[in-house]
Amino acid sequence: MENSNVDKSRRRFLTAAATVVGGAGTVAGAIPFIATMAPSAKTKAVGAPVEVDISNLQPGERLIKEWQGKPVWILRRTKEMLEDIASQDADVRDPASDASAQPDYAKNEYRAREDEYLIVLGVCTHLGCSPKFVLKDGDNRPSEDWKGGFFCPCHGSRFDLAGRVFKGVPAPTNLVVPPYKFLSPSLLLIGDDSEAV
Amino acid sequence: MADIEKQIVKGLTGLRDWVDDRFPLMQNWNEHLAKYYAPKNFNFWYFFGALAILVLVIQILTGIWLTMNYKPSAEGAFASVEYIMRDVSWGWFIRYMHSTGASAFFVVIFLHMFRALLYGSYKKPRELLWLSGMAIYLVIMGEAFFGYLLPWGQMSYWGAKVIISLFGALPIIGPDLAEWIRGDFVISDVTLNRFFSLHVIAFPLLILGLVGVHILALHEVGSNNPDGVDIKKHKDADGIPLDGIPFHPYYTVKDIFGAVVFLIFFFAVVFFSPEMGGYFLEHANFTPADPFTTPAHIAPVWYFTPFYAILRAVPDKLGGVIAMGLAVNIFLLLPWLDRSPVKSIRYRGMNYKIALTAFVISFVTLGWLGMQGVTPLYTWMARFFSVVYFSFFFLMPFYTAFDNDKAVPDRVTDK
Repeated sequence: MENSNVDKSRRRFLTAAATVVGGAGTVAGAIPFIATMAPSAKTKAVGAPVEVDISNLQPGERLIKEWQGKPVWILRRTKEMLEDIASQDADVRDPASDASAQPDYAKNEYRAREDEYLIVLGVCTHLGCSPKFVLKDGDNRPSEDWKGGFFCPCHGSRFDLAGRVFKGVPAPTNLVVPPYKFLSPSLLLIGDDSEAV
Repeated sequence: MADIEKQIVKGLTGLRDWVDDRFPLMQNWNEHLAKYYAPKNFNFWYFFGALAILVLVIQILTGIWLTMNYKPSAEGAFASVEYIMRDVSWGWFIRYMHSTGASAFFVVIFLHMFRALLYGSYKKPRELLWLSGMAIYLVIMGEAFFGYLLPWGQMSYWGAKVIISLFGALPIIGPDLAEWIRGDFVISDVTLNRFFSLHVIAFPLLILGLVGVHILALHEVGSNNPDGVDIKKHKDADGIPLDGIPFHPYYTVKDIFGAVVFLIFFFAVVFFSPEMGGYFLEHANFTPADPFTTPAHIAPVWYFTPFYAILRAVPDKLGGVIAMGLAVNIFLLLPWLDRSPVKSIRYRGMNYKIALTAFVISFVTLGWLGMQGVTPLYTWMARFFSVVYFSFFFLMPFYTAFDNDKAVPDRVTDK
């Protein structure tokens, strides 16, 4: 064997070319493994809108319904509750909901299509716990001047009765308002707000 | 009689030699046990590496047996754990060993890491040894987290929900990343199934591989010791360190003694207090997962609470996640933050002793705070101790550089 006149540049080229092709193959091969962990077609399909009958919901009461696996709260607010919301504009972080997620028709002071009914996802915008509904005179209210709202037991975030987050708590934005519409004054459709019937 | 004995010994020696011609049996035996020379002055703190391996063996064995009866589905998981506890013969025993083993793992690992802080075991030339150990620690945290979802109780569910949401706090990629980890829009059957896969296959393989790397790295540079002096500086004519003794039989015997004492405590918990008053198995986890109701008081298992307290102390979502991630990972930088020429705390000045004491106090207090509810006082305490926690690391280049270190002896002492 004659080793003295080995063409090293050729060998280097072959090594580099094999590395590039092998690397590309490895990346391409990883794609299916990564993609298979994303939500499957079946998972995506389970997300149909749900109808909610609210004819028995009394003022001051809250109803919980499941939509896309998440709790949706329907709160029928009293006049006093609405006044309390309006009085706390200075204490909440995002009073006009500029940085928060909601359909355009809910981007207002009461964060609702109709002032009386609050419809929000019961999922804390901090780390996803489900906050507690605590009334003004509730037993475990988080502070003395509490005017009613939602308190997250996990990390202490607080929201008012419009789902607006208070200042100085870990949650960054207001509770999310899902798309919804009224099919009749007492029938609600959550998950769909298209105008065409 | 004697003839038979001779025949047996001859047969066994022959078998050993036959294997040795085909596999490096004696070579490895000598390199890692019979002729691995460890410092002769190991003390109490040097039990915990071997004990970590013991706990790993317990976890793997009990885990294999639990898998024989566990069902990884949202429908069947909680019921199958109850089935293991009530109907499977000795099922409660296997499961309590596994759940106690998880906590024991962290007890042993925390003490093992504390030993490194005491005697500077992370310092040159053991940086890679330290990094490989940190890798094991991080993977074990993941392994514990995946395992905690499997019983599908309330704490399983909401704990996983909070931790996965941490990834959602990352800018831009966060929400998609959290969805990719869950495989669903919420934690569901899909999530449980993949956590099962990661818990029983992927991460155990990683841990075993990393433990191998850790031991190889240790045996390359040699063990540190309570005096932090290099025993390889003084060798006899045969090249054996004067202050070294063969790992086997000296330390195998020592570690077997340690293992027996450890197992007494371990089984005392398994038999008499497997829930450990709600610290090892949280009360809320005896209720099946309910995606609509967060338990009134939610806290992670005790070994995650120091980091959880730091997360809660920061009044900003992304900031809290970053602080928590940093608190876990900052140990990786220790070999480069420590500027002292001295390894062992025996010869360090007051600066390091005070700093280490303050760190231990803050770590324990944060751990306690992480189990408590949110009150303004506790939040301010958590903030204070988070600052102490991080100061230990960030100020380390300064207080160790100007420490009043003492002279280090040339050889190990008999203390």
